[in-house]
Amino acid sequence: MATEVAAPADHGDHEHPNINYLKAGKGVLSWLGTLDHKRIGIMYLVSTILAFFAGGVFAILVRLELFSPGRTIMGASTYNHMFTLHGAIMVFLFIIPSIPGALGNFILPMMLGAKDVAFPRLNLLSFYIYVFGAIFCLTSIVSGGVDTGWTFYTPYSTTANGSVVFMTLGVFILGFSSILTGLNFIVTVHKLRAPGLHWKRLPLFVWGMYATSVIQVLATPVLAITLLLLTMERVFGLGVFDPALGGDPVLFQHFFWFYSHPAVYIMIVPGMAIVSELLATFSRRAIFGYFAVAMSSLGLALVGFIVWGHHMFTSGQSEYATMAFSALTFLVAIPSGVKVFNWTATLYKGSISLTTPMLYALAFLVQFTIGGLTGLFLGTLSTDIHLHDTYFVVAHFHYVMMGGTVMGFLGGLLYWWPKMTGKLYDETLAKISWGFVFVGFNAIFLAQFVMGSRGMPRRYYDYLPQFRPFHAFSTVGSWIIAVGFLIMAWVLVKSLLSGKKAPPNPWGSAGFEWATESPPVHFNFKEVPTINRGPYDYHLATEAELFDGFPEEKAEESKDEH
Amino acid sequence: MADGEATYQLPEQLSTSAAQVDWLYYFIYWLSVVMFVGIVSAAIYFVWKYRRQPGVKSEPTGHNTALEAGWTIAPLFLLVLLFHWGFKGYMEITVAPADAIEIKVTGRKWGWSFEYPNGGVSGELHVPVNRPVRLSISSVDVLHAFYVPGFRVKRDAVPGRYGMLWFQATKIGETEYYCAEYCGASDAPTRNDQGEEVWSGHFSMHGRVHVETQEAFERFAEELNGPHQGESLEQYGQRLYRENQCFTCHSVDGAPGTGPTFRGLMGRRETLSDGSTVLVDDAYITSSILNPTAQIVQGYQPVMPTFRGTLRERQLNGIIAYLRTLH
Repeated sequence: MATEVAAPADHGDHEHPNINYLKAGKGVLSWLGTLDHKRIGIMYLVSTILAFFAGGVFAILVRLELFSPGRTIMGASTYNHMFTLHGAIMVFLFIIPSIPGALGNFILPMMLGAKDVAFPRLNLLSFYIYVFGAIFCLTSIVSGGVDTGWTFYTPYSTTANGSVVFMTLGVFILGFSSILTGLNFIVTVHKLRAPGLHWKRLPLFVWGMYATSVIQVLATPVLAITLLLLTMERVFGLGVFDPALGGDPVLFQHFFWFYSHPAVYIMIVPGMAIVSELLATFSRRAIFGYFAVAMSSLGLALVGFIVWGHHMFTSGQSEYATMAFSALTFLVAIPSGVKVFNWTATLYKGSISLTTPMLYALAFLVQFTIGGLTGLFLGTLSTDIHLHDTYFVVAHFHYVMMGGTVMGFLGGLLYWWPKMTGKLYDETLAKISWGFVFVGFNAIFLAQFVMGSRGMPRRYYDYLPQFRPFHAFSTVGSWIIAVGFLIMAWVLVKSLLSGKKAPPNPWGSAGFEWATESPPVHFNFKEVPTINRGPYDYHLATEAELFDGFPEEKAEESKDEH
Repeated sequence: MADGEATYQLPEQLSTSAAQVDWLYYFIYWLSVVMFVGIVSAAIYFVWKYRRQPGVKSEPTGHNTALEAGWTIAPLFLLVLLFHWGFKGYMEITVAPADAIEIKVTGRKWGWSFEYPNGGVSGELHVPVNRPVRLSISSVDVLHAFYVPGFRVKRDAVPGRYGMLWFQATKIGETEYYCAEYCGASDAPTRNDQGEEVWSGHFSMHGRVHVETQEAFERFAEELNGPHQGESLEQYGQRLYRENQCFTCHSVDGAPGTGPTFRGLMGRRETLSDGSTVLVDDAYITSSILNPTAQIVQGYQPVMPTFRGTLRERQLNGIIAYLRTLH
């Protein structure tokens, strides 16, 4: 059996490939110049968590302002800046880079049994492009602010005061980071799989990241072009979108959603990918319908490209386009449904342990189901006309993005935390924080569904008294979730400072990434692993064996399983 | 639910098409409830039934091709049905009857104006009951959207384009309309003619649709072309100031806003942004309303939209008469 995988570029920042990656180099410079995918993953993790914190603070302030009608804590203009920053930071600085950049970077090569990603230098470059883009975006806050909403609809965005250009250029730059990460992962999955890891044995997390990468590479350039055109119009008066200059504002919406709808799948598919891993590990059972779940990620990636017009049912696009986009939009329900059904069936006859990561996976299952089903109201034309641009839409996409992806991210973070840090955390406290997050999240957004269907438009600074109870309820929910996140921050800090040392495989998973030490050695595995089984072959091991990692002898027996 | 009454989720049905939209809404709602309860209760049951117990192992995952094919294909039938009903309903609310009354709706930052078939223009929307009404919607600046929840209709107001929607109101009374497409806000509050602090923006572009009898509607449209009975020219101007939401930017108490205050404006000598000066007289006011960015007073931004086509000569005279009263 071949034992040599394609060698990654010479790392330079290591002397002993067989020592713990955290100790493989010392000092700040060994981090800033690292080519190790794990360290780059950790740097992404820290940056995206900071972005999540900033976006979260803006969300709490926005909800606080909406606690009562009229002025509560800020003026209308400040409010508009706040919700724009919340959206832009959460979408571009947190949710898009979070799972691929942080968890994907760390885990994907390990799942493949590889020493690193295919292009480690490109990987580091893509992190620095992210940092550079993020600085550009955040500069806009101090240089006049942006109040266009994260969607930058023209002609408002080309005529509004403030520093829209900093924000759009920042997002333009961030796009390159996203494209390079996607490219890197595609090549890595194709070229660096360990011997024996054929496509039918690929972990579902890898399938999900692969589908995501395809979208990142294909869709992001369109956003780049769109934002560049917008910037040219704003700075040089080039007439593309503004009718006063001979442009067409609806064209901007087509361009914008041609990226931003596929981007929805850049956000949700990684979350789904993590949930598949969590459900398998904590049910001790292969995902039901492995092939269907893997293909549904690719299906979502492809269908995601042809449904952008459903954001524009009231915009004045042609009625034929509206009809076609509505019909195509319903196709999204098929792969989404396949995933949910297969996940539920995976639980059947499993051996289920309700650890914190599993609780997040189950929260994903419940909340994504609500997010998906409420999508039916919006894909259906006549009901969408009423619900479009109301709080119903806000609640719907938060159920998918936050109720789905963020739950997946948190579940994945807590699942791989012992692997990444080598430390265990306080599970009781972590479960309590999950409880606050779950209750708070649902309180915030269930109330928003009802106010939306009752006719409350989104992005309103002030509202009529009839909506007061729903807004107040939603705001109280935001306090509950804030408590949940504070407890979680405490759990993680405490784990770093005084957590017990983690064994190699604390959850008893059959996943390949658990077959090495916690934290992993610099090149992930002391020897290049040879894969002789699938990542979910739980039926071959006793409980005791699972806790010491999956035994190689047992693996031989499952050679011809697939 | 009683006939057309508000339910917990949806507002009262006030147009002929609202019932079919709501029917489909509740169909999807109950479909979702059934699916959600099915999936979640199965998940909860499995989590409890197959909880990890000492000595009990999970069963290896098998294959069930029929089951997998079933839940991949079966939803398709439901989805086609939803698409079909949704599209049918959409055509019904999109294609207006030929005999509909046409009202032209213009959005601007941050208010609406409504032009009636007789040419009368107002900041208030009045429509006759039990008659199809077609709104032709546009904008003079950025995107807006005209939304009437009670009628279940919405359409974007796109500058340089006309969007259409129609409805037939079924009940005399009032119902709320909103702007549904984000369009910014003023940087600072201004004061209205009662001296109250007013914030303007996307969120303040709402008002009420007055549904009334055919006679009342005709009377309203008739009176638009001039002062009401017993209303002086100055009072008429004051009403126009309010209806056209001039107070959004121009105070009458001397406080500076997005635009210069109207207090003591007539007869003042203003310095313009190019350094020249101008005497504020009837001609300057008229030109500032119809061609607002031509002569900007120093220290202000050229942000005022034109009211050409909205305000006519008689109305301009009213506003000028009102301005003369503000010393």
